[in-house]
Amino acid sequence: MQGLDFSVVPPYWALLGEGLWWTVLISSVSSLVSVVAGVGFALLVLYGVPVAQYPVRFFMWLFMGTPLLLQLFLIYFGLVQIGIDIPAVGAGIIGLSLHFAVYNADILRAGIVAVDTGQTEAARSLGFGRWQTLFNIVVPQALRSTLPALGSMMVALLKESSIVSMIGITELVHSAQLAISETYRPFEFYLTVAALYYIVNLILEAGLHGIERKVGLSR
Amino acid sequence: MTDVRPMIDVRGARKSYGALEVLKGIDLSVQRGQIVAVIGPSGSGKSTLLRSINHLETLNAGEVWLDGVKVNQKLGRAAFERHINQVRQQMGMVFQHFNLFPHLSVSDNITIGPIKLRGMDKAKARELALVMLDKVGLAEKIDAYPARLSGGQKQRVAIARALAMQPKVMLFDEATSALDPELVDEVNLVMKQLAREHMTMVIVTHEMRFAAEVADRVLFMADGTVVEEGAPDELFRCPKQERTRLFLRKFLNP
Ligand SMILES: Nc1ncnc2c1ncn2[C@@H]1O[C@H](COP(=O)(O)OP(=O)(O)OP(=O)(O)O)[C@@H](O)[C@H]1O
Ligand SMILES: [Mg+2]
Repeated sequence: MQGLDFSVVPPYWALLGEGLWWTVLISSVSSLVSVVAGVGFALLVLYGVPVAQYPVRFFMWLFMGTPLLLQLFLIYFGLVQIGIDIPAVGAGIIGLSLHFAVYNADILRAGIVAVDTGQTEAARSLGFGRWQTLFNIVVPQALRSTLPALGSMMVALLKESSIVSMIGITELVHSAQLAISETYRPFEFYLTVAALYYIVNLILEAGLHGIERKVGLSR
Repeated sequence: MTDVRPMIDVRGARKSYGALEVLKGIDLSVQRGQIVAVIGPSGSGKSTLLRSINHLETLNAGEVWLDGVKVNQKLGRAAFERHINQVRQQMGMVFQHFNLFPHLSVSDNITIGPIKLRGMDKAKARELALVMLDKVGLAEKIDAYPARLSGGQKQRVAIARALAMQPKVMLFDEATSALDPELVDEVNLVMKQLAREHMTMVIVTHEMRFAAEVADRVLFMADGTVVEEGAPDELFRCPKQERTRLFLRKFLNP
C-alpha cells in the first residue's frame, strides 16, 4: 500500500493549468452559446413559421434522444467525411452548446409562456411589434424567472465538459490522466482535479447568485 | 363646415367568441377633447369594445377609425403589423392590472417606448420621463422598480408610460378596480387633470360618481349593445330605459 503524497502534483501544475484553462474556456463559451441558442430555439418552436418550427422541433428531439458523446463524435469525426472539418475545440463547443441549448430551450419555452399576457398587451398597446415585444419585454422576464434552472444547466455543462477529452482535447480530466500516466499516482491527481472543479463551481455559483440578487431588485 | 371629424369613431362593431356574441353592433363616436365614460354590468362587453379600439381584439364586423385613419383596415400581414404599430403609438391604454414591466425601473418603463419606437436619445427620454412623472406626482420614484410601488403608484406610472408616447387618445379599462379604496382617489385625480388638459378619453369604469364628475357623455352598455347614452346629468338623474334604471338602482343602493 502507498500513502497519499501530494508532493507529486506541483511539478504538473503547468499541465493541469492548461487543462483547467480549456475546461473553463470551453464551458463558459458553451454556456453562453447554449443560452442564446436556447432562446432562439424556444422562440422558433413557439412563434416560428412552420418551415422553421418543424426542423427545430426535429433537431431538439434528436439531440434529447441521443448521448452527448455520440453527438460529439458525429460533429468531430462524422462531418469530416462530408468535407466539414471542424477543429476539436470548435467541435467540442458546438456539441456542448447544442446539447445544452436543447434543454435550455425547454426551460425557456416554459418561462416564456409563463410571462403574463398583460405584459405583451401593454407592450403592443404602446406600439411595439411582435418580435420587439418578445425581445424587449417577454424574453428578459423569462430569462430572469428561469435563471436558477439555467444556472443548474451551466453547472451540469461544466462537469459534462470533461467529455471533450474523447475527441482529444486536453481539458482538466484529460490533463490529470496524462500526469497519471507518467507518475502512476491516480488518487492524488484525481483528488486535485476534483478540488479544482469544486473551486470553479463555487465561483460559477457565486456569480449566478450575484446575478440573481441583482435581478431580485426588480421583483 | 361645422362637421368636425371625430377622434374615435366606431361603427357597427360586432365581435363574437365562438357562439357568444359579445358586441352586437356598437356605434361610438368621440370628439377631440371629449371624455366618454362606458358603464354597464359585468360581461356586457365594455372591455371588449375598448380593446377593439386599439385592435387588441379583432372585430368580426364594423369599423374603427382614429382621427380619420381606419384602424382595422384590410392589409397584408406585414403591412398591417406596421400600420397597427403606428396607430397604437397614438393611443394610450391603461389596464386594470397596470401591467408595468417588472424588470424595468420606473424610468425605463416610461422611456422604452420613446427610445425604441421613436428613436429618442436616452438623456432626452429621461427628461421626458421626469416631466410625465411630475404630472402624476411621482418624480421621486423615477429610479424605483415597480415591485416597490403601491397599486396606486403603479397605475400612475402606467399612465405616465402611456402619456410619454404623446397619444391622441387615452383608453382606460377600469383603471382603479384593482386598487384598495384608499388608493383610488390619487389615480382619479390624475385622470381629472388629464380631463382639464382636454385629453380625449374613453373610460370604462364601475365608479358612477367618478363617471358623472369627469365625463362629457356616458354610455350604458348591456349584453353587447348600447342601451342608452347621454350627458351624465340626464343619464344618471333620469335614465330613459328601464334597463339603465335597474342597473343604476342596484349600483347606487347595493
Ligand atoms: N378571450 C375571450 N374568450 C371568450 N370569451 C371572452 C373572451 N373575452 C371576453 N369574453 C366574454 O365576453 C363577454 C364580455 O366580456 P368583457 O370583458 O368585454 O366584459 P366587461 O363588460 O368588460 O365586463 P367586466 O365589467 O367584468 O370587466 C364576457 O361574457 C366574457 O366572458
Ligand atoms: Mg372589463
